[in-house]
Amino acid sequence: MAMRSEAVPLTSRPDIIKGLEGFPLVPILILFGIAFVAIFANVLAPYDPEVGKLAARFRPPAWQVGGSGEYLLGTDHLGRDVLSRLIFGARVSMVVGLTAVIVAGVIGTALGIVSGYLGGWVDQVIMRITDTWLALPALTFAIFLTAVVGPSEMNIVIILGAVYWTRYARVIRGEVLSLKEREFVRLAIVAGCSKGTIMRRHILPNVLNSAIVLGTLMLGVVIVTEASLSFLGVGVPPPKPAWGLMLADGKKGLMVGYWWLTVLPGTCIMLMVLSANLLGDWLRVKLDPQLRQL
Amino acid sequence: MTRYIIRRIGYSLLSLFLLSLTIFLFVRLTGDPAMLLVEPGASQADIDAVRQRFGLDEPLWVQYANFMASLAQGDLGQSFYYRTPVFELYLSRLPNSLLLALAAMAFSLLIGIPSGILAAVRVGRFWDRAGKVFSLLGLSLPSFWVGLVLILFFSVYLEWLPSSGSGTALHLIMPAFALGWYFAAAHMRLTRSSMLEVLGSEYIKLARIKGLPEFRVIGKHAFKNALIPVLTLAGINLVIMINVAVVVETVFAWPGIGRLLYEGITFRDFPVVQAVVLLGGGMIVVVNLLIDILYAVIDPRIRLEA
Repeated sequence: MAMRSEAVPLTSRPDIIKGLEGFPLVPILILFGIAFVAIFANVLAPYDPEVGKLAARFRPPAWQVGGSGEYLLGTDHLGRDVLSRLIFGARVSMVVGLTAVIVAGVIGTALGIVSGYLGGWVDQVIMRITDTWLALPALTFAIFLTAVVGPSEMNIVIILGAVYWTRYARVIRGEVLSLKEREFVRLAIVAGCSKGTIMRRHILPNVLNSAIVLGTLMLGVVIVTEASLSFLGVGVPPPKPAWGLMLADGKKGLMVGYWWLTVLPGTCIMLMVLSANLLGDWLRVKLDPQLRQL
Repeated sequence: MTRYIIRRIGYSLLSLFLLSLTIFLFVRLTGDPAMLLVEPGASQADIDAVRQRFGLDEPLWVQYANFMASLAQGDLGQSFYYRTPVFELYLSRLPNSLLLALAAMAFSLLIGIPSGILAAVRVGRFWDRAGKVFSLLGLSLPSFWVGLVLILFFSVYLEWLPSSGSGTALHLIMPAFALGWYFAAAHMRLTRSSMLEVLGSEYIKLARIKGLPEFRVIGKHAFKNALIPVLTLAGINLVIMINVAVVVETVFAWPGIGRLLYEGITFRDFPVVQAVVLLGGGMIVVVNLLIDILYAVIDPRIRLEA
């Protein structure tokens, strides 16, 4: 008894502090900041991001010689305001990134559960396809798919979903295999639940944590892939302001020293990916001890 | 042993089959493949001619048989832009990609292995934390961003290195760095965890009890064994590097396979795009198979388990 009364304060108090240890405050603030900017892009952007004044081409940022307060972060080769394009670019990255992660997550989780729970030939078929698709280099595969279906914002989301669902399916299937042997699932079978009900009501809630962690970790990968596709000219079609597209345009001015056209959108991509990765790493350790080894 | 290898080969063949089927079906089911196989702006008569020539009016399974038959002969079609067989084009670019990948690999191992060992030996201390920051940056900075910043620094401001093209060793430095950056971080992470595992093992304890100086324990006994998984990963990564360099090669105008893919998408040269993705996937399947077999030869536990 004495030991137990001692043990309670010893274990419980540090837990509260420990729970917040390494809390990725800055990454979360950055992600929320980008989300905020994306939502209120209409209000925040000083100019139309798709229309420029040719008379005001290649203006440097305000603090540099030749810059003015009129265009805080300068203008690009068509005289479009870089700040406004960055702000609207946040919307493209957020929308494409989040929806693609969700599309991939839903497909991958569903197939992972079905594959793991049903087993047999269903499992074989799904896992063989998963293995094969995992062997395809993601970016090359995505480029191939855009060549087939043509680039548009909607298609990019579908393509990224098609390329990345395999990552979820592998991990989720592994978890289902061990969940399947647990008491509560066996009891559900004895109680006469159908396979569909068991997968939906008993398996799905138990793999959601892993799916969320994976999704956060995938967000960075997906955003980089989207930016790469836009950079190569097969992503979000111009004149829409995507960060990757801005980089591709900015590359032309790089050799003459128009640094703001590449450094600024590049920094935005970097900050967003870095934040997503930091948040994902933290969530992985907090939510899902099984994934720590990943 | 033989049974294990045969089964692994069977799986790989199945993967290659599914790979070709995936590519084949995506082209056929998402639209009109004739539109992809004619040059942009072709007339209706041309489209019909292509449809006939490639047998696109036949049932799907006949089309697939034809597709596989020409694949087996190394016939991946004709490039619209270069007017040469795509396979020849691919082979002519392969040495450049290999050169870039080897340089990037050398760089990534040179950075990744020492920093990984340092992080493992000083686990939880300054160098470990510095390594963690480094690996996070490596995994988070997109390669085109690294490439463009390098150009800005070393070509535009310092004027030390050429910004694009190939030919000299100087041309190789920046693309190799941009491509190897991500992999340096991956190799560091693996070196660290593999080293930590080895350092916790019995024979290291024995070496220490024996009174060996610490640098011999680390340098001779631990290092050698910790390196095996890292070198395996490096082998796979070399092939992956060849196939993911598209962005880096585009940034630096490096004439490898990635650049070929980029040209394929900008000139709407569909046979090229299809060939690059097919051959890339095939290459990775084959390398995975080779590594599995190699492991089975080295480590009996693996072949007995399977």
